[in-house]
Amino acid sequence: MELPTASGWVRPVNDISLRIAAGESLGLVGESGSGKTMLSLTLMGLLPPGARVSGEALLSSPEAAPKNLATLRAEDDWRAVRGRDIAMVFQEPMTSLNPVMRVGAQIAESIRAHEPHLAGSDLQRRVHAALERAAVPDPGARATQFPHQLSGGLRQRVMIAMALAANPKLLIADEPTTALDVTVQKQILELLDRLRREMQLALLFITHDLGVVAKVADRIAVMYAGRIIEEGLTQDVLLSPQHPYTQGLLAASPTIVRGQLIPIPGTVPQLTSLPPGCAFAPRCGYRRPECDQAVPAFRPPHTDHSARCVLL
Amino acid sequence: MTATSPLLEARNLRKTYGRGGGLFADETTGDRFLAVDDVSFSVQPGETFAVVGESGCGKTTLARMLLRLIEPDHGAILFEGRDLLQLSGEALRARRRQMQMIFQDPFASLNPRLRVGEIVAEPLAIHEPQLSRNDRLDRAAQLLLRVGLPGDAANRYPHEFSGGQRQRIGIARALILRPSLIIADEPVSALDVSVGAQVLLLLQELQQEFRLTYLLISHSLPVVAQLASHIAVMRAGRFVECDPADLILHQPTHIYTRELLAAVPEIPTARSL
Repeated sequence: MELPTASGWVRPVNDISLRIAAGESLGLVGESGSGKTMLSLTLMGLLPPGARVSGEALLSSPEAAPKNLATLRAEDDWRAVRGRDIAMVFQEPMTSLNPVMRVGAQIAESIRAHEPHLAGSDLQRRVHAALERAAVPDPGARATQFPHQLSGGLRQRVMIAMALAANPKLLIADEPTTALDVTVQKQILELLDRLRREMQLALLFITHDLGVVAKVADRIAVMYAGRIIEEGLTQDVLLSPQHPYTQGLLAASPTIVRGQLIPIPGTVPQLTSLPPGCAFAPRCGYRRPECDQAVPAFRPPHTDHSARCVLL
Repeated sequence: MTATSPLLEARNLRKTYGRGGGLFADETTGDRFLAVDDVSFSVQPGETFAVVGESGCGKTTLARMLLRLIEPDHGAILFEGRDLLQLSGEALRARRRQMQMIFQDPFASLNPRLRVGEIVAEPLAIHEPQLSRNDRLDRAAQLLLRVGLPGDAANRYPHEFSGGQRQRIGIARALILRPSLIIADEPVSALDVSVGAQVLLLLQELQQEFRLTYLLISHSLPVVAQLASHIAVMRAGRFVECDPADLILHQPTHIYTRELLAAVPEIPTARSL
């Protein structure tokens, strides 16, 4: 995905390939500016004006031929996909919910977007079922409340109820627990884990927190400056990180067990001035001449755990 | 009792707020919200005393009361043995320059219209008006270098810097008066992991170099674990547990502390498998 800027086109999402199976959870890890949110907005067709997209985003289904989302242009086509095929939960539920509308009515709206014939007590039953699925206590009473009357954790449960109301196949959760307290975060992570198993949801979980991703993801993809630079099973990536950036992130993450933090020097590069080779090379302790010649390919190729680094 | 006398001591601090009700609510009737409820502690010179708790527990109200940005309803705040609540005017100002604050949001706490050198030098204009403008800017420039900013930083504006660099500017501003106590309210929670670690390390170095005492406010036990010598766990306005950091982190006695620790998503290590 490319965006026009004053200094030319930039690629917030650069040559990304990944797959998620039904019932599987992929953790997308990256710092701000890595492109992880832009990737999710691309998949949802929620692009900034002027953006252009190339490549394929195939959504398979048991009933029909795979749908290529990258070819969707008309807003009506996207509307049929959003909610029913792919749904999204955002970081800050308060800004994603309508503050002057009861939460039950907001969920009803997202159900009726795909089943316009539903009304009356049938619709109400579906709303309550959606809230119940997200483990909202006393759904009947909660449905009549406004977002500001709910706690942060309950608001996020309402967002999850709304996202799942039309039974999507893929759920994109973009930092869904970053604004929450740790004890509430734990409950939301457990809820998402249960739901993806029960509903056979494919879950794309976006986070900057390696501890959180360890709890929710089967596999991890690490992003840096628009590219995936390492991908593998969660245990493999966290226990034997291959890319120097992944190693650096782990060494810089505070943990309860005290140890000397080792920060990564420097800052994330601007997309307008990326180096010709590996984007991490200017901050990397293992930099060699070949790092600056071309963007490294994944090594070893076509395996379960690989990284874009010339050292491998 | 410890051998040295504490730098900062809080005794039975309390702060209540009216529970909404609007313009015509009767403030004298009983229903008030206890933001900070009978909190007492002492901070020894050179240590890092951390207050950790979830949102709404009262930790930020507590930090602001220590600087008298919020007036407590009750209690005493002793700084170097003198009660700040009994001081006013010049005497209070003199104490206050010894206590500086670092804020969470480096974007919101820097004046966008001032050059970085002026931002950092500004406290000197108030507390050391005898210094010439050039002297003030010189001191600011030296400090900016020390906190790891480029040499031309003083002549640029805050928007030209990244989040981590802005937090360094905030740290330089807090240090310019050579305070003995720094109150840091969530100093790294707005920063990326790799940059947050840089700032935590910088705070550690500066503590040695400038012989600083830190009062660290945070919601994050892993962040607190990096710096703290003592940890107070706060919930609903009270300290539920207050002990040396290693005890809190590894042998917590209060059930709430255990819950908080258990809820932290830890990165697996070879040892934890």
